[in-house]
Amino acid sequence: MSEIVMQIDGKEVKASDGMTVLQAARVAGIHIPTVCHHDKLEPFGGCRMCMVEVEVRGRKSYVVSCLYPVAPDLVVHTRSERVDKIRRVILEELLAHAPNSPELVALAAEYGADRDRFDKDPSFCILCGLCVRYCAEVKQKNAVDFIERGAQRAISFIPEIAAKECWDCQECFAICPTSYAQAAYFLTEALAFPGRRKSAMHGA
Amino acid sequence: MDSGKIDEIIDRHRGKSGDLIHVLMEIQHKNHWLPRDVLHQVAAALEIPFSRVLRVATLYKTFSLTPRGRHEVHVCTGISCHLRGAKQLLESVERATGIRPGETDTAARFSLETGSCLGSCSLGPEIIVDGKHHARMTPEKVEDVLKEYQ
Ligand code: SF4
Ligand code: FES
Repeated sequence: MSEIVMQIDGKEVKASDGMTVLQAARVAGIHIPTVCHHDKLEPFGGCRMCMVEVEVRGRKSYVVSCLYPVAPDLVVHTRSERVDKIRRVILEELLAHAPNSPELVALAAEYGADRDRFDKDPSFCILCGLCVRYCAEVKQKNAVDFIERGAQRAISFIPEIAAKECWDCQECFAICPTSYAQAAYFLTEALAFPGRRKSAMHGA
Repeated sequence: MDSGKIDEIIDRHRGKSGDLIHVLMEIQHKNHWLPRDVLHQVAAALEIPFSRVLRVATLYKTFSLTPRGRHEVHVCTGISCHLRGAKQLLESVERATGIRPGETDTAARFSLETGSCLGSCSLGPEIIVDGKHHARMTPEKVEDVLKEYQ
């Protein structure tokens, strides 16, 4: 692991080969907002909230820091007018789906995002994939996954697997930024194995 | 279709998780749709989670998770065919089959889809039945063409 020296927000930062810009920033105590990132999970790059400005040989570009690898002499700006605008629009789009997600509402306040900018499409799920990846990578149960494509894309608990695995876990509820994982699970429970909760409660 | 053929397809790819799309395509091609219990067999044989099989099976339009007809009818609604009367052609096909795009008739004879464009602008307006192109179609010719497909 060779050491790399780069610059984030004017500060000299040391990182090692194979790290992402997000990791390097965190080690240096510089905050970059994220939604779909989770330390225990593989980088996903789904939400684009962690977008930063990088300068390579004087050329500026915008990259997702949770995927972008560190490189020697990289110059990174985690806030700029352009970066803030990108984050604001992303937030406005996500808020059209999940207008009351506390995480998003807090970020919206910080970035001046207007949650009523776009027509509401309350799917609640923002497709961050945290539940899907947590279930697959950490729990290795694969009880919840993405289905369909495009505008129909959604997460779905697979009844056959959920009936066996979810009862004793339900850990994804707490990492979901919108509580939709929980809602989707209970719907699956109601459809695939109704009554189990009631009998567990009443010992019947 | 008999399950022997499906078993044979699945057997050929046993243990090869990278073959998922191939297996699904072969089964789709032979059986016209992917029953859920078959997807379970695929997951077990290829040693991949059932949820991933479902993700892939729902991602691509090629795959159908509901029963399809024996014959696939595609009506081109691309711009060239549209200008040459694809709308009337589609209406005529809908009348002849009794179904709308995305549907399958109760006797599972036809499934109807539109597509734009199906790639033969110079032959339009056209319909494709089971991969065979029927060029320069008119609403009147539809009955005759479909008669061949029982
Ligand atoms: S249910 Fe929640 S955790 Fe899962 S993808 Fe949707 S928003 Fe993310
Ligand atoms: S945190 Fe980087 S794309 Fe979501």
